Amino acid sequence: MTSSSSEVTTNANGQENLLEVRDLQMHFPVTSGLVFQKTVGLVKAVDGVSFSIAKGETLGLVGESGCGKTTLGHCVLRFNKPTAGQIHYKGEDLTKASGRRLRELRKDIQMIFQDPYSSLNPRMTAGQIIGEPLTIHGLAKGRTDERIAEILTLVGLSPEMASRYPHEFSGGQRQRIGIGRALAVDPSFIVCDEAVSALDVSIQAQIINLLKDLQRKLELTYLFIAHDLAVVRHVADRIAVMYLGHIVELAPRDPIYDEPLHPYTKALLAAVPVPDPEVEMKREHVIIKGEVPSPLNPPSGCVFHPRCPIADEKCTQTIPELREVRPGHWAACLKV
Amino acid sequence: MSALLEIQDLQTHFQSDMGTVKAVDGVSYDVEAGETLAVVGESGCGKSVTALSVMRLIPNPPGRIVGGQVLYKGRDLLTLSNDEMRKVRGQEIGMIFQEPMTSLNPVLSIGKQLMEPLTEEMGMTKQQARERAIELLASVEIPDPARRLNQYPHHFSGGMRQRVMIAMALSCDPSVLIADEPTTALDVTVQAQILELMKQLTKQRGVALVIITHNLGVVARYADRVNVMYAGRVVERSSARAVYGDPRHPYTLGLMRSVPRLDHPITEDLEQIDGQPPNLAALGQGCAFQERCRFAIDKCAEERPELIEALPDHYSACFVATELGTTPTNQSQASTS
Repeated sequence: MTSSSSEVTTNANGQENLLEVRDLQMHFPVTSGLVFQKTVGLVKAVDGVSFSIAKGETLGLVGESGCGKTTLGHCVLRFNKPTAGQIHYKGEDLTKASGRRLRELRKDIQMIFQDPYSSLNPRMTAGQIIGEPLTIHGLAKGRTDERIAEILTLVGLSPEMASRYPHEFSGGQRQRIGIGRALAVDPSFIVCDEAVSALDVSIQAQIINLLKDLQRKLELTYLFIAHDLAVVRHVADRIAVMYLGHIVELAPRDPIYDEPLHPYTKALLAAVPVPDPEVEMKREHVIIKGEVPSPLNPPSGCVFHPRCPIADEKCTQTIPELREVRPGHWAACLKV
Repeated sequence: MSALLEIQDLQTHFQSDMGTVKAVDGVSYDVEAGETLAVVGESGCGKSVTALSVMRLIPNPPGRIVGGQVLYKGRDLLTLSNDEMRKVRGQEIGMIFQEPMTSLNPVLSIGKQLMEPLTEEMGMTKQQARERAIELLASVEIPDPARRLNQYPHHFSGGMRQRVMIAMALSCDPSVLIADEPTTALDVTVQAQILELMKQLTKQRGVALVIITHNLGVVARYADRVNVMYAGRVVERSSARAVYGDPRHPYTLGLMRSVPRLDHPITEDLEQIDGQPPNLAALGQGCAFQERCRFAIDKCAEERPELIEALPDHYSACFVATELGTTPTNQSQASTS
């Protein structure tokens, strides 16, 4: 693949960045009126987000509903055209790419969806679902069936299953088909949007293991969007925590879990119950108050201040910058 | 100790194109006054259908309670008339559902929905019911309750709606509260708030709480006793400590090991339970878990194990239950199914 410009950057360890997002904004207008629509407000779903993902790395993106994590994923895939900012993929700015170029790029950037029930066409067989992207991109001509069989085996299904329809599969098997569809065109980068959230615990572990296994085999890079902190800890190398359109903390895995800096990250971690009564008995249960405010009317200053246990006067006025508090460990909080 | 609610050999079947689905296939468990009991299991294990059967809310057709008893204070709820059952719902047993948005009527104000059972069932006057409704909203920590009484469900956030549902379920002073996945649709910080609130309110009022969930963390934090369900049956039952600390059913053991934990070091791969949940319309004569079980013996394919007391006050429906305790904790790296 050719790059129109050579803006490939490297991270602190000298690894090449596959994706680099700079100051990304995605605002949705809220309109009123049936005939003469006028904009009455703006939902700042993603509001000035920057991060990068190195080749072969998994970046976990966590946050609660409405924090903008899915919108961010959609921007990277260019389902949405961002309001402002840049998304450099292999050095090429996706926000400037044409429709035709985007179609080419989607060979390289794929997505795995949350719901294995609604993301597969019930009228297509597993083989057709996996074969469709091959046809669209003109790949594996003349050996489509062979490729489908290959993919089915890769995701832990058997080639004979190609003729079956989605309703004949269980939830976990359907998610394997969804993964197979994403892998069919041999991408290098995959956005996993809550890819294991809808699955039962016993099946979830199978799919997490499969995704990690595929990453090793195929040298994949993941943007792993999820709300489950324990799951993200298992798959991600680095983690970004989002709240109301902003990244509030960004660090390698262990520092995020062992020494979280941002009060929101701390609150999230404290809220997750550990599956062990002995541990839970000894644990202190600090519960933050309130719920995520409406993104239509976000709080002034630090967006987290109304729920923050350590916020003071200054936090209500000043918007904290995401800054590098320790090497590689970024946080957006005035108090750290 | 006498049980407040006792489910005995309950069987609820559904008719489908694929045949009879035995969603609940001989479930027995009891709930004691003031305790928190968890019913844990994955989708399709029958945990919700059991609860709906207790409330006699199974849509018929396609569903039907075909056997068993549900004894509440010694009375079999399955033999009550519809009118008698109406009084049990709410006044004796309250229920909270997963989706607070779909359980509230969108075109009626919160106040109206809260006051209806108070005037209809409890015989209060409008004024009394209004005062009680304000009290109830205050008890679930909804700020400015008098004003919010006149608002509609869409004015409330997800967490606030679930608080309203709790207020409603407790409005007629039931002795048992059944909460079916009460926090699954909520964010993790709100989930913690709601669970703490439920635990605290039921403790205060001496209400027995039954939490139905798939979340092993929630069970560990809140439950006194646990029933683990699989394929329409209870496969393990004991105190939460015993079930988590010394699981005696291979399915429970598998669940505990496959869930990623924040307090454990990260292993390269998670231990997984291989295979898929069974088809409930085509269960064989053996143990429903045997195909996925790494401890299965020949007998498991031929005969279905009954729930028996494997250790003192620790029940398991497994032929090898007593041997499981000696299993090394990290014994397998299973392959993908």
